[in-house]
Parts: sequence; structure tokens; C-alpha cells
Amino acid sequence: MSSVRVLVGTKKGAFILTSDEQREQWEVSGPHFAGWEMYHLKGSPVDANRIYASQTSSWFGQVIQRSDDGGKTWATPDGAKIPEAFDPPGSASNRFAYEGEVGTHQFYDGTQHPWEFKRVWHLEPSLTEWDTVYAGVEDAALFKSTDAGATWRELPGLRAAKGALWQPGAGGMCLHTILLHPSNPERITVAISAAGAFRTDDGGTTWKPINRGLKSAYEIPDPTADVGHCVHRLAMHPSRPDVLFMQKHWDVMRSDNAGDMWYDIGDGLPTDFGFPIEVHAHEPETIYVVPIKSDSEHFPPDGKLRVYRSRTGGNEWEALTSGLPQENCFVNVLRDAMAVDSLDPCGIYFGTTGGQVYCSADSGDSWKPIVRDLPAVLSVEVQTLP
Amino acid sequence: MIRVVLPHHLRNLAGVGDAVQVEVESPPTIRAVLDALEVRYPALRGTIRDHGTLKRRPFVRFFACQEDLSHQPPETPLPGAVVTGAEPFMIVGAMAGG
Repeated sequence: MSSVRVLVGTKKGAFILTSDEQREQWEVSGPHFAGWEMYHLKGSPVDANRIYASQTSSWFGQVIQRSDDGGKTWATPDGAKIPEAFDPPGSASNRFAYEGEVGTHQFYDGTQHPWEFKRVWHLEPSLTEWDTVYAGVEDAALFKSTDAGATWRELPGLRAAKGALWQPGAGGMCLHTILLHPSNPERITVAISAAGAFRTDDGGTTWKPINRGLKSAYEIPDPTADVGHCVHRLAMHPSRPDVLFMQKHWDVMRSDNAGDMWYDIGDGLPTDFGFPIEVHAHEPETIYVVPIKSDSEHFPPDGKLRVYRSRTGGNEWEALTSGLPQENCFVNVLRDAMAVDSLDPCGIYFGTTGGQVYCSADSGDSWKPIVRDLPAVLSVEVQTLP
Repeated sequence: MIRVVLPHHLRNLAGVGDAVQVEVESPPTIRAVLDALEVRYPALRGTIRDHGTLKRRPFVRFFACQEDLSHQPPETPLPGAVVTGAEPFMIVGAMAGG
């Protein structure tokens, strides 16, 4: 019998929620790394027992954790050994050093500001390589490890794609989305707030902005500029990797050519602001968003927590409300806090800043909370286990 | 041997109890005790001071013998009572927040 393992990162630790394929009875494990901000946990598609976690703190900085037994035990990827002599800094699993001349990016006040590493927002294990994993960091850059997280090297070509014009959004200048092409290892697509979407077709050596069609009026001086757009999240179905979906600061967008051109698919939503966007595991034209009231409130319109589903790839949306609070709900759902399993029917999961993690075991038709009182949820990922 | 008291989260990260003991090369300075600590507990690298610059992280403080050594240069000698093991070198997470 299949099962699911939900990896939840919160402001005060990580939690692992497990269930069988019915997804009705849940076991909760945690908090792991209690008191730390757990920005993201993600399992390897090559080996489900291998899970990476980004552990961070304003006091003690960044730590990378890895489990090779499905989250039962954890270790820093290089921390288990005790060297006989002092290894110079640079060998540590939590060292993210920008390559070459660090350079500057645009700051909130319009001046140029040096790149400074702050934290890892997102970890994306390779689809095929056992020990390869990517990290999206703040200040925005992409790092790659080929030794299971023990050491990291930046792919500096990304910041060469007009990096001096990138600027931090309200949440920081973070690289939060990493989409790996299912059959072409040379193609990687990433998204950065507030810089936009970028793509490499040579394995990460060179990158180009892929933001044509995006319009960011009142957000950047040139609303159709190459870079500077506040992309909140990208999603892709592996069966159709040229079709990309985007939740932008404002606007829900779609591209049918791997990001070369985008068009708006947000008609019919109560607001086209939001953070996460996801694709159904078995229906590549079925997508999910959580509309949020903005610019400053960042809670659901009218206090009603509604997931919106389009079964036509956009522009026709239905509100999914069964089991979700429809009054006095003022939580947010952050960009990395939604995920799907690959069971049939497909399970949809999301976590809120109020500490709830909801599950729908019927593709969104109805919802139940798995847990209600966790710390604010930063990220949700799901592993479907055989 | 010099006793080092770690904050709660770093104890968990290093997998140790309240205090650890490290052997520090002479002359015993703030930098020397941090070097020795990171050799013994590699998981602590980058959590107390920056990897590259070796600057103390902003919300980490150093205390010994009732004195705040946080702003002292890394080459500052440790107090005699710390060197003899009578008093610990304390690494503290600064109070911050609201």
C-alpha cells in the first residue's frame, strides 16, 4: 500500500506528517530542529529516504541538514566527521560563497548594494543524480552541490543576467523556485523576487531572463522591463515541461513555450495576488492558486480561505471551500507552502501562517486539516512512497 | 583545557551538553578558542562567526569572568581564570526581538 510523507517547514521547527493512501489518519513527528526557522525540506526523487532541509536563524545563520533514513535521523552533510587538523573555511556544508567579484544589486533606495548571503529558501534535489542538489538563496543566487550537500558552488552565470538591476521584494531578494526539466538536464528554470524568471539551456553556465509578457505597472519604472518583476512562484507538470504557470505579485500567468512569452490567465479570480501555484499530478491543465488580498493585508478576501482550481489551464476558476474556514480566517499561504502527491485521486496540501496544514484527498473537492496549531508554515512538500 | 558554554541551539547542533572542553593552542585568545571549537565540532562553523571574514555574527556575544568580550579583537588573550579552566568562556545568543 502506498503512503505519503508531508514535509512541513515552519518558523519554529520542522514537522513530518505521514499517512497511508487514504490520507485520513495522520501521524505527526516533530518538532525537528525546534526553535529554528525551517525554510524548506525536500526529498530526493532518486531516493525517497534522502531528505534535505534548510535550517536557519537570525542568531546562528544557515545550517544544511540531511537525512538518509526518511527523516528519522539528521546530520549536517559534513558535520559528522571530526577532522584531525583544521580544515580551512570553505569545506563546510553551510558555506555559500558567491563566485568571483561579488558585485552589487539594486537596493530598496535605488542605490547599489553588495550581494550578501542570508539564507537558503529552497532546496531542489536532482531528478537523476544521487548526490546532486540545488539551493536557491537570498541574496538571490543558485548554488549546486554534487556531494549531497557537503559543499556548494555558485552557478554565477545567473547573476550575470542583469543582476545589477535585481532588487529585493518585501520578503527579501530570494531565489525561491527551481524547476528541473524532466528529460533535458541542461534546462533549469528559476524564479526570483523581485527579479523575475530565468532559464538556462546549458546546464547553468549561461542564463537569460524569460519575462516577456509580464506587466508590473506601479511596481517597476518600466512595467515591461526584462528584469525586476516580482515573481512569487512557478509551477510545471513534468509531462509538459514547456507549459509553465506563474503566480506573480499581481497576475496569474501562463507560458506555452518554456517562458519565452507569458500571458494572463487570472480572469475569474477574486484577486490575482497570491503566493503559491501548483499543478495536479495527473491533469496538466488543472492548476491551483490561493487568492490573497493585497498589497498590505496578505490574508484571504472576506476572511474566507478559498483555494481556486482551474481545470482548463486558466481563466475559468472555481472556488474550493468545502472543509475550509469561510469566516474570520485571516491567515496567509506562503509561496513554498503548497504541494501535491501523486496518488489517485491526487492529494493537494497547503500550510498557513496560522499553523494549519490542510489536505484534500480528492483533488481539492474537500479539505481537512491534518494539524491546526503548528508555528507559521513556511513550506510544504509531499513525498508519495510506494 | 578551556571550558566553553554554548547556547541551547548550538548545543543541539553540535550534539553536546551544557559545556564542552577544548584544548587551545598557545597563546589562548578568543580566536584560538573559536578555532579549536570549530575543529572539534565542525557543525558549528559559520554559526558563531562568518566563514570567510571570521567576524562574529551580529546576534552572538562572548562573555567570560563577568565581562563582555564581544567587541574585543579576536587576538585578545583570554582571562587567566578561563585559561586555567576555573571559569568558562561563554557564547551567548543575544537577546533580540520584542
